[in-house]
Amino acid sequence: MIMEASLYPGCSLEGLAKSYKESLQSVAKTMDIKLSELDNWTCCGASSAHVTNDKLAVALAAKDLITADKAGKDLVVPCAACFQRLKVAEKHLKDGKPVAGITDRYAGNFHVKALPDFLWNDVGKKAWKDKVKKPLNALSPVCYYGCLTARPPKVTDSRNPEDPQEMDNVLRSLGANVRNWSYKTDCCGGSLTLTRPDLQMKLSQKLLDMAEEAGADCIAVDCPMCHENLDSKQQEISQESGKSYNVPILYLTELMGLAFGDPDVEKWLGRHTVDARPMLVERGLL
Amino acid sequence: MAVAELPQTVVPDSSFRKQVEEKSGENLSSCYLCEKCTNGCPLAFAMDIAPHKLMRCVNLGLKDEVLKSDTIWICASCETCTTRCPNGIDIAHVMDSLRQISQGEGIKASQPQVPTFHKAFLASIKRFGRVHEGSMAATYLLRSGGLKELMSMARMGLDMFKKGRIKILPSRPSRKVKQIFRAAERKE
Repeated sequence: MIMEASLYPGCSLEGLAKSYKESLQSVAKTMDIKLSELDNWTCCGASSAHVTNDKLAVALAAKDLITADKAGKDLVVPCAACFQRLKVAEKHLKDGKPVAGITDRYAGNFHVKALPDFLWNDVGKKAWKDKVKKPLNALSPVCYYGCLTARPPKVTDSRNPEDPQEMDNVLRSLGANVRNWSYKTDCCGGSLTLTRPDLQMKLSQKLLDMAEEAGADCIAVDCPMCHENLDSKQQEISQESGKSYNVPILYLTELMGLAFGDPDVEKWLGRHTVDARPMLVERGLL
Repeated sequence: MAVAELPQTVVPDSSFRKQVEEKSGENLSSCYLCEKCTNGCPLAFAMDIAPHKLMRCVNLGLKDEVLKSDTIWICASCETCTTRCPNGIDIAHVMDSLRQISQGEGIKASQPQVPTFHKAFLASIKRFGRVHEGSMAATYLLRSGGLKELMSMARMGLDMFKKGRIKILPSRPSRKVKQIFRAAERKE
């Protein structure tokens, strides 16, 4: 049976995180999931709206929930920041509070789902158990969820905000030797990447160090902002610290595509700053 | 970052606390200074007033110290404090309220590039409906540090471009988004 859901990609997936969108669409197709992009979706307001104007922050995200409500299918959100903003607006709409510039009725007969939660708890491993062509046995990732799929749980409805498991479970089911670590939801520096790059790099460096200490050979992520912070600054972090960093940062969906033998994997990985291909060739996965 | 020098004797004044409570909808006086927010905060090391002390300052009425602090602009909204506060104070949301009060009262931000960034980001949404990352980042860099700042990021930008990660054309403007901006920015 074909599973259907609406998709809210978010602005980054059209640019910086293009390979996240490409790999998501490809693995969804492999698993017979029909993801329909929301009509005329616009920005959720991200961190800038809630810092500046509470009403704007709720209304921008609520606009897209109204569209999703009309579509009537669960809404899958790959970006952690978009997910959290949409959940804030969802709570607001469900409580029947007024929203600036929006008068539409809201039934709310659908769920807003972070991608790892959707993949593990709704799609489930049965959907991909026959699709795995290259089990990831030789790979030892740590899973990094970042802040906003987890926190705050009163908004995100996260089952386990201090130690989420969905990505770990998905990758384990694909054969990966997933490493445990205590930094799954520690902040990477988020939106400080342009305003205080010194602080952002300090936070991201800690994560790279801790992944190494956990014995990981790569970091699996589900957030475009986390990916950007961890992937594109390693050269600069190496220069500043005198320690050399070259840790591949891979989207969960790219790793799924790798296990499914997707022909486009190399194209996706070619978009990253740290090239994961030599490590994957060494592991016999490419 | 230097730790802020705070007054050693204060005559408590509840008017600022009331202003923040009204704006945020949070009950700040329930803070009993357990320091859980500060202990979990990934950026406390870079703040001039640690999060639990900031809550105390609000409760005591130290408005100037709070609104001029680095803390309110350095907080990355990771929501660890909100998640762990035993009294259910949404501290990250209180930070948002403090930033909004500070900007609303025309106070010069101690980290002026942070509100400059948010303005560039929101302008991009208002104009195109979706954020156009390339032009937003360029606008921010020019406004915060001039041409030199923009050029310092040029190499990274070119690399992203070569890897197909820069969206060239912005999205079509959205009437509904512009309408939302007008409604949300209307003064009550």
